Amino acid sequence: MPFKRFVEIGRVALVNYGEDYGKLVVIVDVIDQNRALVDSPDMVRSQMNFKRLSLTDIKIDIKRVPKKKALVAAMEAADVKGKWEKSSWGRKLIVQKRRASLNDFDRFKLMIAKIKKAGVVRQELAKLKKEIAS
Amino acid sequence: MAPKQKARNPELIPGVGKVSRSKMYHKRGLWAIKAKNGGKFPVHAKQEAAAVVEEKQPKFYPADDVKKPLSNKRKPKPTKLRASVTPGTVLIILTGRFKGKRVVFLKQLTSGLLLITGPYKVNGVPLRRVNQAYVIGTSTKVDISGVDVSKFDDKYFGKQVEKKKKGETEFFEAEKQEKNTLPAEKKDDQKAVDAPLLKALESVPDLKAYLGARFSLKAGLKPHELVF
Repeated sequence: MPFKRFVEIGRVALVNYGEDYGKLVVIVDVIDQNRALVDSPDMVRSQMNFKRLSLTDIKIDIKRVPKKKALVAAMEAADVKGKWEKSSWGRKLIVQKRRASLNDFDRFKLMIAKIKKAGVVRQELAKLKKEIAS
Repeated sequence: MAPKQKARNPELIPGVGKVSRSKMYHKRGLWAIKAKNGGKFPVHAKQEAAAVVEEKQPKFYPADDVKKPLSNKRKPKPTKLRASVTPGTVLIILTGRFKGKRVVFLKQLTSGLLLITGPYKVNGVPLRRVNQAYVIGTSTKVDISGVDVSKFDDKYFGKQVEKKKKGETEFFEAEKQEKNTLPAEKKDDQKAVDAPLLKALESVPDLKAYLGARFSLKAGLKPHELVF
């Protein structure tokens, strides 16, 4: 199985440890075997160990260490945010965040909705079973 | 600012002044004051000693000296309410016979306790007092603008003092039976408070069912990570 996601200039990665946990950042330069220079529209350009980054499938077209304006423009052109939120990984994270922020009342409404849905599914299943039996 | 006045008798060395006693007498002008007052120094008239009121010795006093307790002028304030607990908030009661019940908070009484109601028809919790410490404040709010809670205070909830009757056991049993039922006016108060509340509850879908259900921790729920 060959590698598909490479560390390269323009690779979008997710920070999985530290202060910027959960942020999407772009690798703008490689410092040495272990560290990359990383940048994002809402943070100061800084170095990060590769161990703190999880590479994504998204790659944008930038030159080595672009200015902030150029980086933002490139991210908009490639629609990083949109691609991320459509990807299954991105969607999963959004759902996790939503679930964590649920109110006690929201959790109650969710429980009611689940029970209703399960009831409807079971009814349909019973109908189908009846059809097969007869 | 006026320039610093020269000291009349500057200290040459600690304890030794520049000017002698007689010279100081002249410098201070005591001779002039004496001359003004006919050779004598003016003297304040002696103050009359205030008339001494003779205190009568008490008839009885304790054999040993009794210590007087220190005076305490501290006035306790009602407990500070948590930011999450505001009038109209849905609270989760954690202890007592109503543990897990979700109730509506009405107001804080002067004793610091919280006045809550189920409403009674929804979950069986009557108008009641509850301590803030045994309550979780959720972020769900109910509109209680139509509810009048001005007549409720701590005295309303105090134990009714019955007159002790030194009667026979028959009397005793009769009294006990009377005590167990709620007086009609308390039931009316409950209805008066709950009526506008129920209307407000119906406007939000599922809210009535929410208040009727008890809260419990299920598998996978971590209280420290839950948002209430």
